[in-house]
Amino acid sequence: MAQDEFNPRILGFLCNWCCYAAADAAGVSRYQYPPNLRTIRIMCTGRLDPAFVFRGFAEGADGIFTGG
Amino acid sequence: MSNTDFLGLDGKPGNFTARLRIRPRYIDADKCTACGMCTQYCPRHLVDEYNEGLALTRPIHIDYPQAVPASYFIDPEACLHLKHGTCKICVPVCQTRAIDFDQQPEEVELKVGAAVMAPGFGRIPDTALEQYNYGAHPDVVTSLEFERMLCASGPFEGELRRFSDRRHPRNLAFIQCVGSRDLGCDNGYCSSVCCMYAIKEAMVAKEHEPELEITIYYMDMRTQGKGFDAARARAEAMGIKFVRARVADVMPWEDRLKLTYATMDGGHYFEAYDMVVLSVGLDSPADAAGLADRAGFELNHYDFCRTSTFAPLQTSKEGVLVAGAFQGPKDIPESVTQSSAAAGLVSALAKKDRGKGYVVKDYPEEQQLADDEEIRIGVFVCHCGVNIAGVVDVPNVDQYVEGMEGVVYHAQSLYSCSQDAQEVLKQKIKEHNLNRVVMAACSPRTHEPLFQETLKDAGLNRCLFEMVNIRDQCSWVHANEPKAATDKSKDLVRMGIAKARHIKPLPEQTVPVIDKAMVIGGGVAGMTAALSLAEQGFATALVEKEGQLGGHLKDARYTMHGEPVEKTLKDLVARVKKNKNIEVLTDTELVQLNGYVGNFSSQLKSRKGKGGETTVDHGIVVVATGGREHRPEKVLGSPVDYSAKVITQNELEQRLSGKAKNRAPNSVVMVQCAGSRGDDLAYCSKNCCNNAVKNALKIKEINPESQVVVLYRDLRTYGYAEDAYRQAREKGVLFVPYSMETKPGLTTGGKTPKVSFYDPILRDDVELKPDLLVLSTGIVPEDTQELSRLLRVPINEDKFYLEAHVKLRPVELPVAGVYVCGLAHSPQPVEEIVVQAQAAAAKAAIPLVKGYVSVEPTVSTVDQSLCIGCGLCESLCPYQAIRMFKDDNNKRKAETVTASCKGCGICAAHCPVFAISMGGFTDEQITAQIEAFGA
Repeated sequence: MAQDEFNPRILGFLCNWCCYAAADAAGVSRYQYPPNLRTIRIMCTGRLDPAFVFRGFAEGADGIFTGG
Repeated sequence: MSNTDFLGLDGKPGNFTARLRIRPRYIDADKCTACGMCTQYCPRHLVDEYNEGLALTRPIHIDYPQAVPASYFIDPEACLHLKHGTCKICVPVCQTRAIDFDQQPEEVELKVGAAVMAPGFGRIPDTALEQYNYGAHPDVVTSLEFERMLCASGPFEGELRRFSDRRHPRNLAFIQCVGSRDLGCDNGYCSSVCCMYAIKEAMVAKEHEPELEITIYYMDMRTQGKGFDAARARAEAMGIKFVRARVADVMPWEDRLKLTYATMDGGHYFEAYDMVVLSVGLDSPADAAGLADRAGFELNHYDFCRTSTFAPLQTSKEGVLVAGAFQGPKDIPESVTQSSAAAGLVSALAKKDRGKGYVVKDYPEEQQLADDEEIRIGVFVCHCGVNIAGVVDVPNVDQYVEGMEGVVYHAQSLYSCSQDAQEVLKQKIKEHNLNRVVMAACSPRTHEPLFQETLKDAGLNRCLFEMVNIRDQCSWVHANEPKAATDKSKDLVRMGIAKARHIKPLPEQTVPVIDKAMVIGGGVAGMTAALSLAEQGFATALVEKEGQLGGHLKDARYTMHGEPVEKTLKDLVARVKKNKNIEVLTDTELVQLNGYVGNFSSQLKSRKGKGGETTVDHGIVVVATGGREHRPEKVLGSPVDYSAKVITQNELEQRLSGKAKNRAPNSVVMVQCAGSRGDDLAYCSKNCCNNAVKNALKIKEINPESQVVVLYRDLRTYGYAEDAYRQAREKGVLFVPYSMETKPGLTTGGKTPKVSFYDPILRDDVELKPDLLVLSTGIVPEDTQELSRLLRVPINEDKFYLEAHVKLRPVELPVAGVYVCGLAHSPQPVEEIVVQAQAAAAKAAIPLVKGYVSVEPTVSTVDQSLCIGCGLCESLCPYQAIRMFKDDNNKRKAETVTASCKGCGICAAHCPVFAISMGGFTDEQITAQIEAFGA
């Protein structure tokens, strides 16, 4: 079964002021979530050039998460 | 100073001694890393007061994750050691040795020039809740409890269940005015916030449980705040029901609750609910009397702080100010506004001591890096005691970076944020000649400034630092998956190192601020703001379009509390004219505004004579252009012919304060919301109900025989104005509600005005021919459309200025250095205008006091050799922080106004030729991170 399990690699772009802060707060409150996300902090999701999303997929991401 | 009691205030204004007692927290806040280990080991349970008693915590705890300081504390009444001399399990558990049972209470004296009282509000007594079966039935909860129940980070993670049987409720009812507008518990006032929070809670509950049916039982829906009526409309669109009724009681009924209520027409009904939420009001703080006694100021008859209309934050004791709900029940924006205003008033009182007592820190000279300098990265991986190392295999992560490109040194540390770790960091930077530092530890949001400070101490530019979050966003959230957490840490560290290879030193920029303020508008808001700025020591140009100061307050005659308006206004004008710091420019208007925060330049044009133009340079601008009484041509569908018998509320006030014999005739009808709340204007003007009640009382005072009928939709005498509403009813003023389905009909053309309306008590149509028909017509802002273009600031759909943040930055506009107050912001009574003007002056004084604006290194920069001058960035920037100019070759180019830039990067993401770069977040750096993600 284990080999069939989909274990996606997700790349996240998090706004410093909201989503990144929320992700910190999730930690402080010890909420548990799957360890599939790798994050990049940006100062605002306005910074998210669509090219970053394409590059993320090109680098092997199974999904891109943005939070802002 | 948290955990501290205020014991007393001695001395005189400007030279007080405040006596304080610091209670022991039994934890050294400097050593505590807020890891939470102590709470996990503490063996005793304690009811969690922060969560309204709905959860359990331990005697050693922190109230909530965002608490300031972020340090735990011990409740001495519950701790086994402090109570019984046993236990002490927490002491060895705490890895930073922060627990200190030897701490003793300490009394300190502070020399202060002024004091601000901001104790907030208290709780409505349980006796007022028991009539609704609160305490006896588990499914009757207060709105405060309901708030915690709905909170995603609360004890139930936002999942709504009944306490009685853990079932999801199918329907629930809110009961408004519990402990407010209730003489039974001596709270005759309206708490002002409950209608709005009930709507908010209902909407959140509906989002969590879409099938849930919600009914709000209310007397008057008092959503008078800016944008609040729109929120009510959204709630109705979501299916939330509003029923105007008084709830008599709430009784258990099988496994549900039976709610009995009476409607306006006298009908009695009952309905069954799964849950009942009591919208509890705001009471005065528990120790209000003690506080007033210790500080020496007076309370009002509801045990809140006594103040007056034109000095709303001044207590009865000079040098002692008040802010927030203790001044009177109020919402967040008003509380924030009051706190800013109080700070500004204190700043004026303490002006002569400004700038004293500072110690300026010295840093070693910054090491210069050549462009081709070898990249020497030091990587530090933090254990954070067991916080990281208990989950993540820290030695493994540390070893993983060995040999990575650019990494010349790597190490682990037990607590990277400790004082000795900073010394080690400095030493290693020198020893290994490091020119980039990667710190894998907690969150940059909390600890980046600390490490950057250490870099500066070591002679490195603070931007040569990259932080990797392997605690808050890794070990803490993957506590049961050590392998996966270690893999994630390695990936994140690899990505951080990849970025670090591309980071560059960035300059520390400051922009000087011209030491002068400009205030536009010479009404009560503008004059108050100008006076407050002048009293804080700043030269201020006060620009007024008309020939004289005073604005529309000139038209007002008396306040609800009987304070004379004319004399107060005259005194205010005199104080403004006398103040040497204020330059009054009447008959003058703004025609152009250039520049940015700290460095504005305004073209002013005289409206008199030849209309000469002058230029004023200033650092900030306060917009106080006011508003005026609306004069709708149609009211509730009927055309209006204004005449001596058909007048506005303002005209009535002038008539009543005149000398005419028949100024208060025998029959008067007032129509509320005439041209407001969707009739002509979309919004509620917040003032008209108060004015109607005020004038109705005046009529009754002059002519007790007069029959006064007020036709209204929701009577919004919020706060203490509820007293006047009650008095008016006691004096025989008739208040008759109408709805938009049963609109009154107005006939105004003829000799005598006619009003026909449906009376819900008589259940019949009534026609009156009053001597006087008074329309409560609302307020419109003055010239905001034109001025907003000059200032390049946004206005909302109702043409009032749109503040930077509705709750947290209520007097700032999105463009840095531009502030707003008064009726240009929103309709509001004069008491709130005064506070808002003082708040705008306080906020505006910040750059003036500093003398410069600090620019974060994360701002944008435009490479003008690449820029094609398309102007896309300028049009997209929400902060007016990019402007176009012509370069030496007459080519259009963009440039960043660094003082206004917030570093959001919208410009960089949209530039078609990649000419814009963000400090610390360049395309190169982010791309390197993405590539390292894939590696």
